[in-house]
Amino acid sequence: MRHLRLVPDNTKIPFMRMRRWTFPIAALLSLASIVLFIVVGPNYGIDFLGGTVIEIQTKEQHPDLTALRSKLNALDLGDVQVQTIGDDNSILIRVGQQAGGETAQQEAIGKVRAALADQAEFRRTEIVGPRVSGELAWNGALAMIVTFLAIAIYVWFRFEWQFAVGSIISAANVVIMTFGFYVVTQHEFNLTSLAAILTTVGYSLNDTVVVYDRIRETLRKYKKIPLGDLIDRAINDMLGRTVITTMTTLIALFSLYIFGGEVIRAFTLAMIFGVCAAIFSSICVAAPVLIYFKLRPDQMDDKPEEDPSKSAANAMAKQTGKGAQKA
Amino acid sequence: MLHFTRWKMVLILGTVLIGILLAVPNLFSKETVDSWPSWVPKRQLVLGLDLQGGSYLLYQVDRQDYVQKRLRTLVGEIRKVMLEEPRIGYSGLGVQGQGVQLRIRDVSQLDLVRKRLEPLRNPLSNSILSGVAVNEFDLTVGSDGLVQMNYSEAGLAQRIRQIVDQSIEVIARRIDQLGTVEPSIQRQGEDRILVEAPGLGDPERLKSLVGQTAQLTFHLVDSSVAPGQSADQARKPGTILVPSNEPGGPTYVLEESPLLTGEDLTDAQASFDQRSNEPTVSFRLTTGGARTFGDVTQKNVNRAFAIVLDDKVISAPVIREPILGGSGQISGSFTIQTANDLAILLRAGSLPAKLTIVEERNIGPGLGADSIRAGKIASIIATAAVCAFMVATYGVLGWIANIAVLVNVILIFAIVTLLGATLSLPGIAGVIITVGTAVDSNVLIYERIREEFRQGRSAIAAIDAGFHRALGTILDANVTTLIAALVLFYLGSGPIRGFAVTHAIGVATTIFTAFTFTRLLVAMWVRWRRPTTISL
Repeated sequence: MRHLRLVPDNTKIPFMRMRRWTFPIAALLSLASIVLFIVVGPNYGIDFLGGTVIEIQTKEQHPDLTALRSKLNALDLGDVQVQTIGDDNSILIRVGQQAGGETAQQEAIGKVRAALADQAEFRRTEIVGPRVSGELAWNGALAMIVTFLAIAIYVWFRFEWQFAVGSIISAANVVIMTFGFYVVTQHEFNLTSLAAILTTVGYSLNDTVVVYDRIRETLRKYKKIPLGDLIDRAINDMLGRTVITTMTTLIALFSLYIFGGEVIRAFTLAMIFGVCAAIFSSICVAAPVLIYFKLRPDQMDDKPEEDPSKSAANAMAKQTGKGAQKA
Repeated sequence: MLHFTRWKMVLILGTVLIGILLAVPNLFSKETVDSWPSWVPKRQLVLGLDLQGGSYLLYQVDRQDYVQKRLRTLVGEIRKVMLEEPRIGYSGLGVQGQGVQLRIRDVSQLDLVRKRLEPLRNPLSNSILSGVAVNEFDLTVGSDGLVQMNYSEAGLAQRIRQIVDQSIEVIARRIDQLGTVEPSIQRQGEDRILVEAPGLGDPERLKSLVGQTAQLTFHLVDSSVAPGQSADQARKPGTILVPSNEPGGPTYVLEESPLLTGEDLTDAQASFDQRSNEPTVSFRLTTGGARTFGDVTQKNVNRAFAIVLDDKVISAPVIREPILGGSGQISGSFTIQTANDLAILLRAGSLPAKLTIVEERNIGPGLGADSIRAGKIASIIATAAVCAFMVATYGVLGWIANIAVLVNVILIFAIVTLLGATLSLPGIAGVIITVGTAVDSNVLIYERIREEFRQGRSAIAAIDAGFHRALGTILDANVTTLIAALVLFYLGSGPIRGFAVTHAIGVATTIFTAFTFTRLLVAMWVRWRRPTTISL
């Protein structure tokens, strides 16, 4: 019986020779994302800016948006955005943060309710006050930083410091590029987006560690081959797995994107982008970093006289392997 | 790698079975599950507000408002103790920032001042264990006669803690009166209260019920001011100006010290006025309250008294005859619902301080139902598509992978149900990403087996070695992801947390499944088919 094979056996793609191109491309994309972030900036949602979002369903099938807009603008609430989502009669109304603290936000939503009460059903209202929005932003950033540190420590213990640096640079690259994606598409950036980015960090690390694991193994096996060739070999060996896993993840994400409803559409789109970025960066960033940081195969030696701390890490890796065997 | 002792097999299959049993109640409606015999696990998933609709309200104690009110009371208390014999002369008594200050005229009286003010520092009992008494106020007496009583940091913190505790109780009593919702009311941080009420159609009513301070007081109206006279000009010391509840209504001049407060009430009910047939709220007073009320009304026939709720006059009826029975009526253009709500507020008691909404999210039940339907459809399609892809790629072993992933998802739901964690929409996303990545562990194993087989090992040796090598990688990769998910769980809030819960559980079950269940299935397959070649 013949099975589907997306990647032929024994590929010999010279990824590390390609690094002259791919590494600068990755750097460029990151830089472009940062520049865009500063110059254009993302479309922050109310989670970070404060303000109000109201989702309504109008009773009539094709509501007159212009009339609705002018009705809301007459309430004198500053910038009010009105847009349809999904069906024709589902409408999202965004009201910017009102000056005058927490109670002012409540008054604003009261006005909108009063104005629309007879023509629409209120499906969702969210109000984030000025105090909370700042905290949410800070907590999100904190979560990201702590995650990075924890991961770096874990990888450093399990591998070598070069691998820790590589996985963090690679993950940071994914985060920055996904930020860039949000800036370019101007999808609303809110708490859920932050969850999307952090997931891609998880995915990126997962992928990077799988590749690193193979690189480490290859390093131990072949001590005389140049590092670049070794890494190429490891990546090519894993190519079948990488493609299949990416496919299944993308299949899951695309079904979520198409059938999962409006609420998580932007979330999944960002994840789809993030997963692609993660694959790209674990091959084109995480691996070359090892070369740039001069990882030497002999660091992978198990001989205890070289460096006790490193061999301890190796011994730990072995032990885990044995533990697994027993289990 | 492929050998399993019998008890190990039993243990693995037993775990899976327990998982299935725990997850099964979620397939049925609540009514069906309730009718099951008592020994069957009945726990069901707690759906997040985004899935079932409801209100999420984050309240914060308004410190400034509370402190200002408390300091105004302190001013009154200080004034009183200064008037005791021998009287102490002072000037400039007033609220200054976070405290009260005054200047003593005669510096030789400073010791006496200290003695009189000491009790007003108001020791608050701290925790029973530490036994350290914290004073609410710090007292500083300057040699130049300047006396300051400032809120101590520890005192304020403790006060806020007490306010939050008390508020939680009051809010719980109020929502309880609504009867229909099962709310969760929790402290958040030091001065916040999170109220989550699922499946409620009318968030505005909930808000008005939860957020109202509902401080009720009865005051005599100052009769020396003629109606229509500019209230401001006629005001005497010891009186306060209180606006009417109705827009455009008059401002009343009331005697500052209340006759009665909400604490003097024992019961309140919505009722109808016998003459006008309008909705009113009737109340009953405590014995002490009834006595006071009787005395006052006896002395003040034909004067008006005002019923004040949260600094607004609801009504100001004129006392026609002494009210001695200890019960009365509040009327004031109520609807049946507002009368009912006021009765609930009076029964449940007042909040010790003003609460402000700092975050509010309301999801209509319709939207929640739409989301859950979409989530279900997407999950089914995602699972089916991934399964089809795996079978196309790996044949029989693809089926094994699919069973493993299915068991994985069942285990996630079992654990979420067991923990009583809330399943939200991002949580479903977490499950789906697990489906995507759980496959990765199988892919790692199978690709490794292929590789070993191509290098010339026998089929069974290749499978053995494949598992051996792949499991280390699976552990490393998943532990890394697990760390990320755990950090998100501890630091995140709202949607991030919802996602982190299922994702973290998903990673853990993925590791478990790869190490045990998948391996067992492959071992059983090997024992059954005894493959000599591997078609992967």
